Amino acid sequence: MIRALRYVGQAAVLAAFVAVVGFFSSNPSFRHFPEGEALLKVSFSHGGDRKVECRKRTREELAELAANMRSALDCPRERVELRFEIDLDGVPLYQALLPPTGLAGDGPSRVYERFALPAGRHVLDLRLRDSRRSEGFDHVAREAVEFAAGESVAVDFRGGEGFIIR
Amino acid sequence: MTALQRILRPAFWRLDDWTSRVFGAAWNPLYNLGALGFFFYWIVAISGIYVYVFFDTGVTEAYDSVAYMTEDQWYLAGVMRSLHRYAGDAMVVVMVLHLIREFAYDRLRGARWFSWLTGVPIILLVLASGITGYWLVWDQLAQYVAIATTEWLDWLPIFGEPVARNFLAPDALDDRFFTWLVFLHIAVPLLLLLALWLHLQRVSRPRINPPRGLAAASFTALLVLSLVVPATSHAPADLAKVPTVLDLDWFYLGFYPLLDLWSHGTVWVTAAILTLTLAAMPWLPPFRRPAVAQVDLDNCNGCARCAEDCPFNAISMEHRTDGKPFDREAVVKDSLCVSCGICAGSCPTATPFRRAAALVPGIELPDATLAALRDRLDRMADADGQQVYLLACEHGVRPETLQRPGVAVAALPCVGALPPSFIDYLLSRCGAAGVYLAGCAEGNCHFRLGDTWTEARLDRQRDPGLRKRVPRERVRCDGFEPHQSARLRRSVATFLDNVRELPPQEIPSARQLGARFGRAHGDGGVGSS
Repeated sequence: MIRALRYVGQAAVLAAFVAVVGFFSSNPSFRHFPEGEALLKVSFSHGGDRKVECRKRTREELAELAANMRSALDCPRERVELRFEIDLDGVPLYQALLPPTGLAGDGPSRVYERFALPAGRHVLDLRLRDSRRSEGFDHVAREAVEFAAGESVAVDFRGGEGFIIR
Repeated sequence: MTALQRILRPAFWRLDDWTSRVFGAAWNPLYNLGALGFFFYWIVAISGIYVYVFFDTGVTEAYDSVAYMTEDQWYLAGVMRSLHRYAGDAMVVVMVLHLIREFAYDRLRGARWFSWLTGVPIILLVLASGITGYWLVWDQLAQYVAIATTEWLDWLPIFGEPVARNFLAPDALDDRFFTWLVFLHIAVPLLLLLALWLHLQRVSRPRINPPRGLAAASFTALLVLSLVVPATSHAPADLAKVPTVLDLDWFYLGFYPLLDLWSHGTVWVTAAILTLTLAAMPWLPPFRRPAVAQVDLDNCNGCARCAEDCPFNAISMEHRTDGKPFDREAVVKDSLCVSCGICAGSCPTATPFRRAAALVPGIELPDATLAALRDRLDRMADADGQQVYLLACEHGVRPETLQRPGVAVAALPCVGALPPSFIDYLLSRCGAAGVYLAGCAEGNCHFRLGDTWTEARLDRQRDPGLRKRVPRERVRCDGFEPHQSARLRRSVATFLDNVRELPPQEIPSARQLGARFGRAHGDGGVGSS
């Protein structure tokens, strides 16, 4: 009788163990994203212009350089920081100065942001300055986008193509 | 920390006791948590190899191949997939229980720091193994995990490009990503195996395989679960959509909701603080470190029994340095010694019958010398031979609660620290009616092997064995959880009644008694051996 009870106890412990394993393996459910909203992702990796314009070296300067280093142009590596702005339906959504990456500040600037928006039609104004100018923008785009609930829309940027809605 | 241990420890005493009653000590799952973890690892590995045969690496192929296993070949590949998942989950459960239990019993300090510290990366590698596995399915859960993980990783300024850009839009992902993932999902578990090997390096005779019956029962339980509730996938991943409601595997992905609630930096800082705190626990106060074992070369004959019996590989046999005609000598590595005294219990020179010279064995604990123990036992001697000596482990039932008429109680750092010759001594020289050794509960020795070696010595299966002249019926050894003082008292009372009914044994001579009591009163060292 006691042995039978022990077997029952062992079965109960193992059943409880696998019940815990089985349950928490996929329960309870977790709502990651609110119902009725859509996701806007904005991400790009883009290098701005050089912070200082290239300068032609003088003959004296070239003479001082080793023969294999005599490049006619002196181009400091550092790039400008990008000015990036997004307006959603005419209201500012995101504004940032994106510094260049790299120890010497000569790498591309990068951004990765995500915004949950109410589903529906929205107008996106995208502005990017990647030159040495102090005012205005070099790339501007206005797009009306239909955001379905649960949809993910990505905004990318490529130097030759401008803003891309994906 | 101590307050938390004070809460957890009694809970584990009772849980250990209850599961021992149900499963028996040998099969007790709580005594085999580490071994079960290994067993589940092997199930995961073998089922994973089978599943890999059918797995295709590709943006659409990955999901389709998993769906084929789950739906078309559910009877084998589907079961293997389920076993792969559930055994992985079970591994997390036993790992966490193992961690909490070792913490509750304070088995992390002193020489045990190494196993504790190497356990920390094991936790991280187990989680990383599971998380990379969830990516491979490439369903909505995989999409969520992949994006959340890479966004979290991108917070660290170590990547050239944001890794999460790989999941920006459907056309951003290519098949090579899955080849890379498969590599990760194989490499990380292999690293885990290496870490597990490291984890056991300072443990003598580690138990890495559970008893066959327990292993069979656990496997059967997981198999039944796999058949009744097969592991399934979410809808296929679609980077143009946001996964909304997810059936998380809370064992591996339980912290992911924090990434939605807190900033990524906060989650990193929290994870770092938790990891560092966990890693630093062996060195957090209160710190108690008794003196480690010391070798007395004048009495060490290099027999190596102490090195054989040490549960933590703290003793090595080195070339003799004192010119004595023995090949080797015992050397204690202080950093590995847990001061259990099991080495003293194994030393053949640790005999209390020595009278011509001081009782100094080849190895012993300076804070619990055998000479002091013999003095204490001598003082408790009862000439009428009706007394039982109860020698109780300090880590079991508190010895001071066991004082009763007819019972002389002495505490030991571990029952394994008692040389069997002391039992002979108590019965033949101290007039004991019986000797009762009360250790930790069977299979749950605080110093891992003390109870095992003691049983083997009493059964004369391991040196130094109990002498044949010692009547075995007058010696008993049992294990108890610290809260089982009432059960121990009852058991001792029964033992006392039983030994009193035995025919009288040889009474020590008056000369012997005189010598004993004389020495005990301070004119020490005089007597016969």
